[in-house]
Amino acid sequence: MNVHHHSYDAVIVGAGGAGLRAAIETAGKCRTAVITKLYPTRSHTGAAQGGMCAALANVEEDSWEWHLFDTIKGGDYLVDQPAAEIMCREAIDAVIELEHFGLPFNRTPEGKIDQRRFGGHTRNHGEAPVMRACYSADRTGHMILQTLFQQCVARDVNFFNEYQVLDIAFEDGRVAGVIAYDQATGDLHVFNTKAVLFATGGFGKMFQVSSNAHTLTGDGPGLLYRRGIPMQDMEFFQFHPTGIYKLGILLSEAARGEGGILRNDSNERFMERYAPTVKDLAPRDMVARAIQTEILEGRGIGENKDAVYLDLTHLPPEQIDAKLPDITEFVRTYLGIEPKTAPIPIQPTAHYAMGGIPTNIDGECISDDQGTVIPGLYAAGECACVSVHGANRLGTNSLLDIVVFGKRGGRAMADFVQSTDLPALSKGVEGDVKARIDLLKANSGKEKAGALRIALQEEMTKKAFVFRTDESLASALRTVRDLQTAYESVGIDDKGNVFNYDLTEALELSYLFDLAEATIVSAQARTESRGAHFRNDHPTRDDANWMKHTLARRGADGSVSLSYKPVVGGAYEPMERKY
Amino acid sequence: MAKVQVELKVKRYNPETDKKPHWQEFTVEVEDTDRVLDALHVAKWTQDGTLTFRRSCAHGVCGSDAMVLNGANRLACLEIIKDVGTKITLEPIRGLPVIKDLVVDMEPFFAQYRSVLPYLINTSDPGYTERYQSAEDRARFDDTTKCILCAACTTSCPIYWGNSQYVGPAAIVNAHRFIFDSRDQAAEQRLDILNQRSGVWKCRTAFNCSEACPRGIKVTQAIEEVKRAILYDRV
Ligand SMILES: Cc1cc2nc3c(=O)[nH]c(=O)nc-3n(C[C@H](O)[C@H](O)[C@H](O)COP(=O)(O)OP(=O)(O)OC[C@H]3O[C@@H](n4cnc5c(N)ncnc54)[C@H](O)[C@@H]3O)c2cc1C
Ligand code: SF4
Ligand code: FES
Repeated sequence: MNVHHHSYDAVIVGAGGAGLRAAIETAGKCRTAVITKLYPTRSHTGAAQGGMCAALANVEEDSWEWHLFDTIKGGDYLVDQPAAEIMCREAIDAVIELEHFGLPFNRTPEGKIDQRRFGGHTRNHGEAPVMRACYSADRTGHMILQTLFQQCVARDVNFFNEYQVLDIAFEDGRVAGVIAYDQATGDLHVFNTKAVLFATGGFGKMFQVSSNAHTLTGDGPGLLYRRGIPMQDMEFFQFHPTGIYKLGILLSEAARGEGGILRNDSNERFMERYAPTVKDLAPRDMVARAIQTEILEGRGIGENKDAVYLDLTHLPPEQIDAKLPDITEFVRTYLGIEPKTAPIPIQPTAHYAMGGIPTNIDGECISDDQGTVIPGLYAAGECACVSVHGANRLGTNSLLDIVVFGKRGGRAMADFVQSTDLPALSKGVEGDVKARIDLLKANSGKEKAGALRIALQEEMTKKAFVFRTDESLASALRTVRDLQTAYESVGIDDKGNVFNYDLTEALELSYLFDLAEATIVSAQARTESRGAHFRNDHPTRDDANWMKHTLARRGADGSVSLSYKPVVGGAYEPMERKY
Repeated sequence: MAKVQVELKVKRYNPETDKKPHWQEFTVEVEDTDRVLDALHVAKWTQDGTLTFRRSCAHGVCGSDAMVLNGANRLACLEIIKDVGTKITLEPIRGLPVIKDLVVDMEPFFAQYRSVLPYLINTSDPGYTERYQSAEDRARFDDTTKCILCAACTTSCPIYWGNSQYVGPAAIVNAHRFIFDSRDQAAEQRLDILNQRSGVWKCRTAFNCSEACPRGIKVTQAIEEVKRAILYDRV
């Protein structure tokens, strides 16, 4: 295996919205390499549909304090309030900046950025839904990704495309480099650097029914977790109410924002029973549970009664074409249904990781419950946990998160590298990666990665999904550990060097196993129900014991241990969550 | 929904072992409502892990998996077995160097994209608010903002196959996106670039590109609008 050496002031891993926004910030300030396993424009930010919230008040009265209140309440009070305040305040500038970068937002009749309703976003602390989501038809994420990439092209950002980062090197407790695998050649590249920002996105591929791309396998959190960095709040994984039946492809909340209605087998608008005020626009965790309850109580639709309908048939066809063109086209393509005239079968789909690499408001990674910073290590976007989403992210707050904290992380990293020297990097830091690749190539292949991945996804969807119990989680944990053992004898067919995706996929799978294990162990310990984490055996929120963030840490022997740190409060006291 | 046997005939090439490309057939069982991409996965995950193709989102938004499917440029994740039938031939897109199986070298494609200044250029100070844009002005370039850079258009173009210097439809689409954006100030520069020998005048209006575009962009129309802007010196 050939090994190449590079040195940079800073490295950004990942080129979705968070990585690209960070790259714009470091451009011209320090020599930066952006390493990405996909061409930047293939990143899953491009799949985001509905919008990005900011209290611009372009269409009706609004304020960033209301946005903040909604974010905290939506997150079921596990949100760190000072971080969320930064996000909601800076949202306004972030949207304006994207517009200046050229983002083609939909416009109001006066030519301002248009805004629409979204789940959980309300006026004056819950009075009624508010128009806060800035959008570009139903391809807002596509436009953010394209616009940020365009700005990187303008700034001549240095990309290493289709390079997969597989390990990090520390020297004396500070970051000193990363090790990347060049998919086109099979060579290893060691990047000696002062700082690294991880922006590798989510890990929704641990579930079978998922809105996430095949490549969202949690490489960044996974490789850091193995190096002893704790993972925060892993039990909080968001299940989005409206995935296309069986496929999990997302139908944005914008469909309900534009007036779409959820219905059960007797055509009842069942959300009226669960959230009398905001109905279909309640936060995602509540709507997903309502749907699963309808299904479990026998009011589902279809042959197996395991879905409900999303009904758009009462909306004016022009409105559907203008505001929801892409998602209605998905329905036509994958279900053969015309959404203007027939309701759409949907079910909850695994969507978003609230948990991840713990960071502070400048994207600096922290290693413990004291807020101790790991010098040179940064994270932003879905792979990070600031925590602005708490136990349940509100729709449109992730696109916001990636631009606000991508920028803050990039800026903090650029400042940090000005004040420090390039650390020396020990010889042979690529040894571990080399050994992993050699082993996968040498194994006879009793086990196949594809089959193990499907077994993991099925188990997580059966036992660690919308509803959980101690029993289901214990059983899932046994399965995952068996699969981890089986993984040791995974072999691959492709022994070559050029575009060996057989190898890539096997490496990705190992991260999913570790992160699934952290998810289950964290979920088992949390004997309450909060936000997206619902325990049938502990169905209420328990503020006395559980107003705290989980930190899951992996020991050198592979064991998982948990510790906790307090939620950072603020102006808003926890109250019951009613909508 | 019904189980069906699908015959995938794939044009394969491994630079480490093969002198030239060859065909291989896979028979896989899938649902008739599955995507062609799902069938490829079954072949890769259960029969031959060396079968190589790019993919990520699996629903037509990331632009990774353009390939020649039964003779036409398509995204494998947007084609449903029921619609394309159970005999499927797959080849790499044409005009870009093949690296391995269905994976081609995208770098020449992205270099052409970069050559048209694909970013908003406006040197005036917008202040603290957004730049206003009327809904009509916004509509002028709406179609070309949908591009996912999949290269299906460019690699369906007979001119491009014969002349890899031609910037190709995708680059023109992305130039169009800015030329007709009322907020942009560099239309002239881009029109100059596209007026060169490798630019729009190479286009012979074959319409292959429009037919190939998985985002339904009216590519030929966009190219025509750019040609007219050059001829009549206005946008
Ligand atoms: C279908 C869908 C719709 C959504 N709609 C909305 C919405 O309307 N509003 C909203 O706010 N949020 C939405 N979200 C959530 C939001 O889009 C994502 O959380 C966000 O885009 C994540 O951005 P990111 O930059 O963190 O990661 P991504 O965009 O996923 O990028 C990850 C990057 O990391 C790179 N990478 C990964 N592993 C490695 C490695 N080992 N080495 C090198 N590079 C690596 C990849 O190449 C990629 O460039 C949606 C999500 C989905 C799935
Ligand atoms: S114009 Fe259409 S076919 Fe061409 S690159 Fe863009 S999305 Fe693909
Ligand atoms: S896999 Fe993303 S477009 Fe097909």
